[in-house]
Amino acid sequence: MTALVDAASWVLLVFGALTCVTGGVGLHRMPDFYSRTHAGGLTDTLGATAILFGLVLQAGLTLVSVKLLMLAFLLHLTSPTATHALVKAAYSRGLKANEVEAGDGVSH
Amino acid sequence: MMFQVAALGVLLTMLLALVRAIRGPSVYDRILAVNMFATKTMLLIAVAGFLTERPEWLDLALLYGLISFVAVLAVLRFSKYGDLGSDDQVRP
Amino acid sequence: MTRTILLSVWLALTWLLWSGRTEPLLLASGALSVAVAIFLAWRMNVIDAESEPYELGARPLVYLPWLLWEIAKANLHVARVILTPSLPVQPRLVRIRATQKTDLGRVILANSITLTPGTVTLDVRDGTLLVHALTRKSAEGLESGEMDRWVTWLEGSGEDR
Repeated sequence: MTALVDAASWVLLVFGALTCVTGGVGLHRMPDFYSRTHAGGLTDTLGATAILFGLVLQAGLTLVSVKLLMLAFLLHLTSPTATHALVKAAYSRGLKANEVEAGDGVSH
Repeated sequence: MMFQVAALGVLLTMLLALVRAIRGPSVYDRILAVNMFATKTMLLIAVAGFLTERPEWLDLALLYGLISFVAVLAVLRFSKYGDLGSDDQVRP
Repeated sequence: MTRTILLSVWLALTWLLWSGRTEPLLLASGALSVAVAIFLAWRMNVIDAESEPYELGARPLVYLPWLLWEIAKANLHVARVILTPSLPVQPRLVRIRATQKTDLGRVILANSITLTPGTVTLDVRDGTLLVHALTRKSAEGLESGEMDRWVTWLEGSGEDR
């Protein structure tokens, strides 16, 4: 049973770490600011959730697990609020978004 | 061992975010990168708490997350209104 | 008044959870903290249907799993886009209608959209959301209006506000 939980914990932690790094790579590969915010969202949602749940499996049924879950919940409240405040500020200051027509399929 | 792997992934992400914060080009890219750096710091504190077998570091992670959230909103509000304490909510 | 009591209970539970100790001194300082927080919230005039939306009842418990599932699917989509060498992004701005009656409903919809990777809400005005979508698939998922219908259901009748 312990081995099973450990294995699941391993999977979640490695998956979360890989997702975070993918988001970090996306932060550099995306062509413009608005597209980069999506990469940031990737690390804040799936990456952070996977790592926190990996930690929950290690903590077991304790107060620590409840704190970890509250941390994940808090992150899901603050992350979109901060992102929205950021893009709204950028948009109202007139930062233009790169757009492609439907079916074009090429960036820039 | 598993905590080391997770911490390494988070650290690598923080490095990538830091490079983006330095490269810019716009100020919004920098704020985005700093915000991402901050939430990854929160995650790193949580993982480091398990790494050193001191889960009470989670309290610090929560505090760090809340402060960085308020800080990002304050910076944005300041860049928009040029003021932190104004009651004026409408766009000038 | 109901909302003030609800907020106090919620704050007290949060205090107990994060401290996890029951010495009289710590409980007393917890009670003091709750009182100060309630006073500040009352002075800031933020104890209302937007901060304590108990009218939603148990519906968030049905909405949240659906939202988390959508977030997981969107995450894998965006991750695949980033890791594809040709970087197949088709960024675009789309306008969608928000059919919610209250500000709370519109905020929940806008935040749900932003929380889902691949779509970010830029602006909310007059029941219309301006959304930046990373790919055509993200935009199409949004334009189907499924999330809008879910949030309208979550909002309920809205008669008691």
